[in-house]
Amino acid sequence: MENSIKKVSIIVSRGSLEEVYPALIMANGARMEGIEANLFFTFFGLDAIERKKMEHLKVATVGNPAMHIPTMIGMIPGMSAFATKKMKSEMEKLDIPPVGEFLEMIHDSGGKIYACRAAMDMFHLKKDDLCECVDEVLTIGEFYERSAGSQIIFT
Amino acid sequence: MKQREISGINIEFDQDNYMTDSNLWNEEIAKVIAEEEGIYELTDRHFIVISFMRKEFDEKGSAPSIRKLTKESGVPIKELYQLFPSGPAKKAARIAGLKKPQGCI
Repeated sequence: MENSIKKVSIIVSRGSLEEVYPALIMANGARMEGIEANLFFTFFGLDAIERKKMEHLKVATVGNPAMHIPTMIGMIPGMSAFATKKMKSEMEKLDIPPVGEFLEMIHDSGGKIYACRAAMDMFHLKKDDLCECVDEVLTIGEFYERSAGSQIIFT
Repeated sequence: MKQREISGINIEFDQDNYMTDSNLWNEEIAKVIAEEEGIYELTDRHFIVISFMRKEFDEKGSAPSIRKLTKESGVPIKELYQLFPSGPAKKAARIAGLKKPQGCI
C-alpha cells in the first residue's frame, strides 16, 4: 500500500452540470476510500457553490459534440432545460444527490470545500453568497499549501 | 480464495478479503473482522449500520449507497465516518460479511 493515493485536490473551473458532477463524485468517492479530499471552486465553477445558482446548473447542449445533436438543434430554447431534466432524473435513479446535498455529504464526510479568492473578486461575490458547506475562501498560494502531499486534478 | 476458521466455523474469503457466503456470518465473526480493520469495539451504533446493510443486501442483492445508508439507517454521515474511519462503505460491508460494494456513490 506504499503507493496508494492518500490525498486528492480537485479544481472545478467550469459551471455546467456535466462538468461539476464528475468532480463531486470523485471527491465523495475518495472519502469513501479513506482518501483525503479537497475541492477548489474557481471561475465558473463557483456557480456550484453559489447559493442562488447551485441548484440551477444546466447541461450544455451547444458546443458539446458528445450530445450527438446538431448545434442548431441544441440552440433551440428549452433544449438545455430538457437535457438537464433528463440527466437529473437518470442521476436520481443512481442515488446521486442534488448539488447542495452532495456538497453537504462531502463536507460531513471530512472533505474540504474551498472557493477561489481571485474568482470571487472577479464575480463580485462575498462569502455570504456561498453555501454554508464552504470551509474557506483561499488565494491560489493557500490552495497549494492545503494541497501539500496531494494529487491535483484540474477539471 | 482463502479459508480460515473463525469461532469454530470455516469461512471462505474472496481475493479482496470479503466473506463469500454472508449466511455464515454472526456477531463473533464481525468482531474478529472489525479488529482486523482496526475497530476494537463494536457498539450498538456499529450494529445499526451492519444490520441495515445486511437487510438491504438480502432484499436488493447489493450493499446500499452511503446516501441511502445515512438516510434510512438514521446514522448521520459524520458519525458513519467516525464509526468506520477511512472508508465506511467498504469496511462496514466487510464487517457485515457482505461482498465488496460495487457502487460509486
